[in-house]
Amino acid sequence: MKRYFSRKLAIYLVTFFLAVTVDWLIPRFMPGNPVQGIIARAGLKAESAKLIYSQYMRAFGFDVPLWKQYINFWSALFHGDFGTSLWLFPQPVLKIILRAVPYDIFLLLPAILLSWFAGNKFGAFAARSKRLDNTILPLGYILTAMPYMWLGILLAWAFGIVFRIFPFSGAYSYSLMPHLSWAFILSLLKHWFLPFASLFMVMFGGWAIGMRNMIIYELESDYAHYLEALGAPRRLIRRYAFRNAILPQITGLALQLGVIVAGALVTEIVFAYPGVGYLILQAIQNHDFFLLQGCFLFIIIGVLIANFAIDVVYVLVDPRTRAGMEGRQ
Amino acid sequence: MVAKQSKKKNEFLYFALRNNKLRIGMTVVLLFVVLAIIGPWLTDFVPRQYATAGPNAPSSEFWFGTTSFGEDVFTQFVYGLQATFIVGLLGGGLGTLIGILVGFIAGYRGGLLDEILNMMTNIVLVVPSLVVLLIIAAYLEVRGLVFESVFIGCFAWPWAARAIRAQTFSLRSREFVDLARLSGVKPLRIVFTEIAPNMMSYLLLVFILQFGGAILTAATLDFIGLGPTKGISLGLMMHNAILWGALILGMWWWFVPPGLAITAIVGALYITNVGLDEVFNPKLREM
Repeated sequence: MKRYFSRKLAIYLVTFFLAVTVDWLIPRFMPGNPVQGIIARAGLKAESAKLIYSQYMRAFGFDVPLWKQYINFWSALFHGDFGTSLWLFPQPVLKIILRAVPYDIFLLLPAILLSWFAGNKFGAFAARSKRLDNTILPLGYILTAMPYMWLGILLAWAFGIVFRIFPFSGAYSYSLMPHLSWAFILSLLKHWFLPFASLFMVMFGGWAIGMRNMIIYELESDYAHYLEALGAPRRLIRRYAFRNAILPQITGLALQLGVIVAGALVTEIVFAYPGVGYLILQAIQNHDFFLLQGCFLFIIIGVLIANFAIDVVYVLVDPRTRAGMEGRQ
Repeated sequence: MVAKQSKKKNEFLYFALRNNKLRIGMTVVLLFVVLAIIGPWLTDFVPRQYATAGPNAPSSEFWFGTTSFGEDVFTQFVYGLQATFIVGLLGGGLGTLIGILVGFIAGYRGGLLDEILNMMTNIVLVVPSLVVLLIIAAYLEVRGLVFESVFIGCFAWPWAARAIRAQTFSLRSREFVDLARLSGVKPLRIVFTEIAPNMMSYLLLVFILQFGGAILTAATLDFIGLGPTKGISLGLMMHNAILWGALILGMWWWFVPPGLAITAIVGALYITNVGLDEVFNPKLREM
């Protein structure tokens, strides 16, 4: 069990190291100089442009040798310094991102967990039932095939514009200031609902199909047939099948995280929901590369933490790995 | 031997033609392929051409209406379909190819090479690929469709490699592979003549899933506005629609067709996949 965790941790550490390195490499070795770009957009005279250029190069630490830049990058990172935003100058990138992160957690955590539970329950329920299989299965495939942003756009259009039930832009009413009151909380929830629903539905389809297939597979296995031959009630067999089928679904959750994050980014863009996804759009549109790099690192860190959490859950859920941990087996 | 081979093929064809999921899935995909190919002849415009004044709802003249800038949506749609299939083919193809190579090598060779490749696979698997694509694309002033496909393929292979490795691993210890090894056949030949043919059906399924995945990734990237800088795509159409307020103006004809096409194509691919699985796997047939 120690081996399991140390291997996993090693992979996450190497991934983090590589991600930071890529984050450092890309702006320095891509064609085009971001600083040059900033100055070109400012439209200065040649004389002052030169002055500003060297000023910027020094400010961002581009004037020292590359290896030193690399070390500086790491040390800044460990001091929580992600650089300064160009778009919201002179706010530090870290501050801007930390302001957005609560919205992401508030949106993603319920969407992921609820869709996973509901999808699994429902998929297990639909398996081996002809009528449900024929209606739910196509629906599930259509849902998982949907691009996240398109379902978001459809929901925003239907419920925000045509029926006017839910607001479809921002995280709370523009007429309110963030403060602790029922009116504000209600506004938050109302704005949260549509992005949540679109994320939930796309994910739900995927989990339901996965679970249905797993249950069918489990019901065909030897232990299920054996139980059946013993005359065990159907419900009992299905419960055993569910418990076995849930393990690959936990692994599946870890594998899907990248896709889910991508889906959340575009969903936030559709609903102008002020999470990291929306921030990325702003960063791209305003050519704020420091903010973009910061968002990149933050997402990587978030995904790595989530992966580790899933590993821990897997150990807790799977009795076989636990038995190994306690020295039995 | 030859007769047996053809009989086996006929058997697959027999089940393939009678599998409803396969029939429905393939029909939908082929319909869109045909539309993408003949589309340009059905329209008098090119994607970014000014066709008529202002936004127009769908009519007999403009089948899918026009955008706020008076561009014909149907024209953009068919050209976008072409881009979608190109990305699917190139990106999905490359993803499958890398997955096959890594899977075969890791599964057949084993040992240290397997450990290294496994580590690589796990790392690329953990990283949210779209975010990496995003940061790379953001720094490029000019981006092409082929470039986008190649990058998508470069980050899509890990799960395929993992699955193919596991399959290769189990096939490696079968008697017929041992026999080939004993008779001195070179490892590369064993992989391609003994192991690969036994996985052909599986590899086809992998390719179909990679194809669909590449389409979805490309649509996401295009929607953020980091797709190809030239030309049109279905994701870019949705990007433009949101950017220019199609939602508030109620111009549903601008954002419904591109998303609908992607959903239909990818959904049909998934259903084709299930159908093919039933054709190849006798255990799943006739349900």
